[in-house]
Amino acid sequence: MGARIRHGVNLTATVLAALTLVVVLIPLASILVTAFQRGEAALTSPGFFTESPANPCSPRAGTVCHYGGIAPALDGTLALVGLAALISVPIGLAAAIFVVEYGRDRPSARLITASADVLSGVPSIVAGLFIYTYMAANYPQIVFSALSGSLALSVLMIPIVTRTAEEALRTVPNSQREAAEALGITKWKATLRITLGAALPGIVTGVLLSVARAAGEAAPLLLTAFGNNLGFQGFTQPSDAIPLLVYDFATSPYQNWIALAWGAALTLIVIVLGLSILSRLVLARMARRLRGSA
Amino acid sequence: MDATKMAAVGLSASYGRGPAITDINLEFGPNSATAIIGPSGCGKSTFIRCLNRMHETAPRATVTGKVFLDGEDIYEQDPTAVRRRIGMVFQRPNPFATMTIFDNVAAALRFNGRHSREETDKIVYESLQAAALWEEVKDHLFAGATSLSGGQQQRLCIARALAAQPEVLLMDEPCSALDPISTAKVEDLIFTLKRTYTVIIVTHNMQQAARVADRTAFFYLGKLIEVNDTKEIFERPKEKLTEGYVSGRFG
Amino acid sequence: MRLANPFRTLLRRPSQGRRRWGDLAFRGIVTIGAGAVVGVLVAILWILWTGSSQSRAAFGLGIVTNPTWDITTNVFGLLPMIDGTLLTSAIALVLAVPIALGSSIFLTQLAPKALPSALKAALAQVVDLLAAIPSIVYGFWGLFVLVPYMRTTVDPGLRSAYDRLGNLVAPTVHAVSPGASAWAGTHSPFTGTIIGEDVLSASIVLAIMVIPTVAAISRDALAAVPIPQREAALALGATNWEATRRAVLPYARSGIFGASILGLGRALGETMAVTLVIGNGLAPPTSLFNSGSTLASLIATQFSESTGPLEYSVIIEAGLILLLITLGVNIVARAILWRFQSPGGAGGD
Repeated sequence: MGARIRHGVNLTATVLAALTLVVVLIPLASILVTAFQRGEAALTSPGFFTESPANPCSPRAGTVCHYGGIAPALDGTLALVGLAALISVPIGLAAAIFVVEYGRDRPSARLITASADVLSGVPSIVAGLFIYTYMAANYPQIVFSALSGSLALSVLMIPIVTRTAEEALRTVPNSQREAAEALGITKWKATLRITLGAALPGIVTGVLLSVARAAGEAAPLLLTAFGNNLGFQGFTQPSDAIPLLVYDFATSPYQNWIALAWGAALTLIVIVLGLSILSRLVLARMARRLRGSA
Repeated sequence: MDATKMAAVGLSASYGRGPAITDINLEFGPNSATAIIGPSGCGKSTFIRCLNRMHETAPRATVTGKVFLDGEDIYEQDPTAVRRRIGMVFQRPNPFATMTIFDNVAAALRFNGRHSREETDKIVYESLQAAALWEEVKDHLFAGATSLSGGQQQRLCIARALAAQPEVLLMDEPCSALDPISTAKVEDLIFTLKRTYTVIIVTHNMQQAARVADRTAFFYLGKLIEVNDTKEIFERPKEKLTEGYVSGRFG
Repeated sequence: MRLANPFRTLLRRPSQGRRRWGDLAFRGIVTIGAGAVVGVLVAILWILWTGSSQSRAAFGLGIVTNPTWDITTNVFGLLPMIDGTLLTSAIALVLAVPIALGSSIFLTQLAPKALPSALKAALAQVVDLLAAIPSIVYGFWGLFVLVPYMRTTVDPGLRSAYDRLGNLVAPTVHAVSPGASAWAGTHSPFTGTIIGEDVLSASIVLAIMVIPTVAAISRDALAAVPIPQREAALALGATNWEATRRAVLPYARSGIFGASILGLGRALGETMAVTLVIGNGLAPPTSLFNSGSTLASLIATQFSESTGPLEYSVIIEAGLILLLITLGVNIVARAILWRFQSPGGAGGD
């Protein structure tokens, strides 16, 4: 093959590869632009974060449609994700400590890691179905409740927290543990105060990522938290959430509700992308901090 | 040797694949420094790690025999309690990366029982003084420990070990990761410390053993070949193997 | 003489017993946490297994080949949903893998030297951010932006292109094999009324959603190829592309394959985005322009409208089947990736 042809092929391949990158970025750009264009009006209307959604309304001559706000859904998301974090962070952290600090390549540790990996592949709707079926059989009065919703979200968060905390603990140099051990510091204190301290940024990253994932999930909540337009009414009552509001209102025929759903979608994008970017910053900081230690 | 602070009796240890050290019998006097020398792989690090029960933290590690501290077998006691009485300094400086200089030294106090702020301040000051680091760090005690140079980090680790108020100080090639100037400072420090503590130092550097140690033990292939006053070991070794090693013919 | 230590008496050491209890309790707590991770996995399988017992008793294994979903006669077959799940995920993967791989190859191998590495890193991060956007947002966007575009532009375009191509090659095909020609005439994948909310739209949304997964992991696989492998090819006079194709891609092959399978796992279980754009028809799709369902969208939509305990049980069995498919796919992907991540296992053997 002539050199000219070969360089032509090289150039073509490079251009095609660059084009695929552009193709990847087009949906992202389109999603961001669309959500902003269609959601901005509702998002910036007064009371977006403090009011309930307005009554359905389609513009006709002489009427003004209000959007209202997403307060019940916002409260619901905060409560659902908050409780789910309270459940999943201790479990995930404990599992990671077991694997890295006590397991060290034993079969039991590998079983935990493999289980967390497999668990992270469970579809979110199946997590919801699991909690629904469990609650329906055991606690039928509170099947559709914020508690059910939080449990379903925990199923999704536990593997994320476990795996990221595990990675973070593994990055702590063994010399740190040896130093603590040689001082006669008991294992549990050394783990909680020294090893966890050194791994903290990585663990925070994992928690942020899991919160970001849970905050955006609608599927498991359809079967558990169910939705409730009265605002958050405690963990034994059904609860709304931002993703549920987006789903319900996106498929409604009313223009002010669809606009409100875009506003809610934009809010969700900001929350989730914000958490993702924040977690990356935390991770970058950790990399810098650990570089100094031997 | 007038008294015995610490003694290994019939001590053998392994990492699972054959023995690393076999049937070591060795005594250490109080307020003196003992150097352990030998070619790499001779088991000297394994030996010193058996003296504060750090060896058994490695996977598949085994230990048999006894180690006496003040006449009591440390293998019959709680390992964490043993390690508080026997401090250790490692090959590479390993300050707690996420703590300040002050917190590193105070670590043992904070984690092992409650102390008032005055007590803690005083012990940290004393320990940093004893480790000859006070003058260099007194103006930035609350800076991160990893901001120090390698030699300073190693002296910080010594201060950290001293703050736990140990009776014995184990040093596993404490200068192997340091430059010559830092090495000289640490050696001076060992010379001072041996007046207060029982110091046991593993080293591959024979000049270092000659400079700091009262007694020297030569290990070869996991066995104790010879132990005697340092001067005797270097000037009149009794064993052929020792002579070959100290005269630089192998190792 | 041992120098007096003024602080020795100040030291208060906790008793041996308390220390041992602390360690024991802590170990117990973390063991419980670790057990919970395994416990949840086992519980999911167990609960879905027992919850679907009524459905399994009524329909047996035949449920996966039964194409009928009829609430009036209480006959529930899952073939259309299994079909829809596999079809949409397969199309999504065929669309996503070349695009994701292309972008990874560009960022790790072919990007011109003039492109600052900070910009390349930033672009990689932006691709990763796509994975963070919630499924419901993809669905919402799909319903309001993609579906109308498919309905007005892409779908009619595809149909006329297929027909024109068919007319062009029909005489030849007919001459060679009249049977094949007749089959192709009646089996166009682009028949039926164009509604936009269909299998093809769902596949495209899924493709967009799995691209970041495949791109991120295949990028890791490409970055893990030792630099000497590439340099060896360059030193022989290969162009960048030749070095990539001959030295780098073969080496990263298993990692790229694992990335694709992991992407497949994600597509199979995706719910909200699919539910919003697939049309949720309960009959088996015969064309890409037909509405359809996946196992996940069935659960999301039929669950709240379910008519009785048998239908509930069938939906739970749909969840069980979906779980088993995704777990199988994920385990295969992990096994492949684990091999390529473990030291020495990186080579395309």
